[in-house]
Amino acid sequence: MTQSYDIIVVGAGIVGAACAMECARGGLRTLVLDRGTVGGGTTAAGMGHLVVMDDSEAQFALTSFSRKLWREMRPQLPREVEFDATGTLWVAADDEEMAEVARKQKFYEERGVGVEVLNAQAVAKAEPNLRPGLAGGLRVPDDGVVYPPCGAQYFLEQAEKAGAELRTRVSVKTLLPEGGVELADGSRISAGRSVSATGPWSPELTPGLPVRKRKGHLVITERDPGFVHHQIVELGYLKSAHSAGKESVAFNIQPRITGQMLIGSSRQFDVETSAVDQHILNRMLQRAFAYLPGLKRLSAIRVWTGHRAATPDQLPLIGPSLVSEKIWLATGHEGLGITTSLGTGRLLADMLLGRQSEIDAAPFSPARFAKEVLAHE
Amino acid sequence: MSNPITVQVNGKAVSVSPGTIVAAAVAINGTSGFRKSVLGKFRGPLCGMGICMECRVTINGQKHCRSCQILCEPGMEIRTDE
Amino acid sequence: MSDAHFQFDVVVVGAGPAGIAAACAAAEFSDRVAAVDDTPWLGGQIWRGEQARPKQSPAQQWLEKFRKCGATVLDRTSVIAAPEAGLLLAEHADGPREIRWQKLILATGARELFLPFPGWTLPNVIGPGGLQALVKNGWPISGKRVVICGTGPLLLAVANGLRSYGAKIVSINEQASWGALAGFGFGLLKHPAKLFQGAGIGMGIFGVPFRCGTWAVKAEGDEAVRSVTLTNGSKTWTEECDVLACGFNLAPNVELPVAVGCDLQRGFVRVDLMQATTVKNVFCAGEPTGIGGADCALTEGQIAGYAANEQSPRAEELFAERDKWHAFREALAQTYALRPELKKLATDETLLCRCEDVTLGRVRQFSGWREAKLLTRCGMGSCQGRVCGAAAKIVLGWGAESVRPPVLPARVGSLITTENQR
Repeated sequence: MTQSYDIIVVGAGIVGAACAMECARGGLRTLVLDRGTVGGGTTAAGMGHLVVMDDSEAQFALTSFSRKLWREMRPQLPREVEFDATGTLWVAADDEEMAEVARKQKFYEERGVGVEVLNAQAVAKAEPNLRPGLAGGLRVPDDGVVYPPCGAQYFLEQAEKAGAELRTRVSVKTLLPEGGVELADGSRISAGRSVSATGPWSPELTPGLPVRKRKGHLVITERDPGFVHHQIVELGYLKSAHSAGKESVAFNIQPRITGQMLIGSSRQFDVETSAVDQHILNRMLQRAFAYLPGLKRLSAIRVWTGHRAATPDQLPLIGPSLVSEKIWLATGHEGLGITTSLGTGRLLADMLLGRQSEIDAAPFSPARFAKEVLAHE
Repeated sequence: MSNPITVQVNGKAVSVSPGTIVAAAVAINGTSGFRKSVLGKFRGPLCGMGICMECRVTINGQKHCRSCQILCEPGMEIRTDE
Repeated sequence: MSDAHFQFDVVVVGAGPAGIAAACAAAEFSDRVAAVDDTPWLGGQIWRGEQARPKQSPAQQWLEKFRKCGATVLDRTSVIAAPEAGLLLAEHADGPREIRWQKLILATGARELFLPFPGWTLPNVIGPGGLQALVKNGWPISGKRVVICGTGPLLLAVANGLRSYGAKIVSINEQASWGALAGFGFGLLKHPAKLFQGAGIGMGIFGVPFRCGTWAVKAEGDEAVRSVTLTNGSKTWTEECDVLACGFNLAPNVELPVAVGCDLQRGFVRVDLMQATTVKNVFCAGEPTGIGGADCALTEGQIAGYAANEQSPRAEELFAERDKWHAFREALAQTYALRPELKKLATDETLLCRCEDVTLGRVRQFSGWREAKLLTRCGMGSCQGRVCGAAAKIVLGWGAESVRPPVLPARVGSLITTENQR
């Protein structure tokens, strides 16, 4: 065994990076390992939307807590992280969706999140490039956007400043139940604990983990500043995120601070390749054109894909695994990894250091899937 | 010049012969800066064959047109970054 | 078949020398051949402006033959993706085009290689081949002072060409040494046609300094380039100019072949004796298989055109010719190899990525192309890493990664196929 750390974080994506930062700042001797380079996995396909979600109490708690941490960090963030307080505009196509807007407004206002309901005229004024005839929308002004790989890089720099060590291009083969890891080359590094922040690949290190790969597509355009001002999401997005079906698309567009537009979103289960699936791209873009007809004329530079880490209840796994008290998890963030990276890191460090958490971590406990994992064995 | 074509470059009329590319019309107008880079510096064509993207101008309202690959047409409105 | 949906037996992408030769050969055996090109003109980059010229050059003869061969021309059509086997997605001003093929011949040519040096981003710093192409389509060069530098046979050809348009060539500066060029000269004896060309050019540039072992170290100016500083390793001096034509030979356009799934070998598309790639029914000819010039491209194009129609004997007839041009191609690569000083011209403050304004200093901190891309956005701009990626390969020794669609920027509306409307 070589060296000894308090914690080894496997995965230098944005979640692993946030965990490493919080652990190191908490005084833990931290080592971060990644088989590739910083932010090169799911983080590189993340849209970078910082958003409060109302899907469940637990999801709301984690996203709003995380969003607060992002906003507190904003003054220190370097230019490359591209933090932009665009706000989110949830658009309603019809009365049914406007009823959903009203429900969301009530939910958020009861919990102290500032929102604004927009009627048809107000939505058209807020975003002139949206097609006419939309019913209205909900504006969440404190949401924002960032550029995820540089977010991960910044968190790791902070971790290193607090004494953490980062080794890239190092492949971990096994998380050792007695603490530490075994690398692909057979060598071992000992540690008090290890935490897997390996996203869609976490079942490789922890067999039986209820995490599935969920593929998504993105398109980025040339600079066209002012084409949209908010991150615009259709209310049908939640139906897509929730659906257990194999394939779905939902309209989602983000103005980057560079003036480029980032277009999403799609979801597919059981597609391992990273190749662009033309039929999904067709559906995703047709859906986007239905909301923003002018989008057709913008110039697209790149289409790419990524895999999210999806769990059965759309909530991440944060805490000790069922395998061993020395193997921890920080994975399964589906489409909210960028937002909830900071909340995840804080919760994880709290648990490791025995600190009181600001929000309840129980809903994210890996133990909630005990039955599923035992069934696998 | 046989049947010259008139295009507009930044609001000014420029007369060119048929077969002239938009990039040439911009240069004939005396404009050396086609677009402004991310940090605000002027750029002009580099590769002349449609891959470097430095020669981009707005033609008839459509942004990001590669001027080295597009032929002038009568009445075209060409705008560079200014 | 609607306007936006096409179907051919043989589709040739690129109407430069290789593509034109391939289409002519294929059209001898098939009446459903198409040549697709993203420009409004035929001849690719190297034969630009040939259609306007009166003399009966080999280019003119080939263009005549092509016009009569019966192939359909889809011009102003930019191929942007290969969504599935047998299908290409392309963009035209009128909208997306879907082109179905049984056999595909990729003749996507090459582009100039640019290396960063202080001042390389100033307006009027242009590749020599690029400048020639612009001038042939109306770029005003008469009376302008032009310094030409970099490397490759293009430098002399461009000097000659620009002079005929009234340019004032100040000097021609080749980074390869006299020794390397002399060796090439002797090699040219094996290629008599080329030697004649060379001699013709030699007489054309009488009076203009032609230096070997000389390269540009920086360009200066404010709104546009005003002067260039040159060195030969011992002496350094500055020359005033209105245009600096600087380029370092050619880099192959392998993006579409990679998108189609073709394997590369040492940066070029891997092909067998029949110009067949590693993808079934896909052929490749010309510069993407190796930088060999127009004559090499013509031969390879014909072989690909015959091979696509399973006319092996006709293809085999051209093997000896091709061998000759491949020897020339080898000589080219050796003669114009880049000297190590060229990798050190750029400082930390020099931009490497022109699209996103990322300096070499920032990029250099990382350990590979993908990492640098993700964390600096170098290579994520409009040129899709073509300029900076090729430069990074030389300056930093980094390999580039896989190609993502669209192969060239295209309107968002052109990214979709309408699969149910055939």
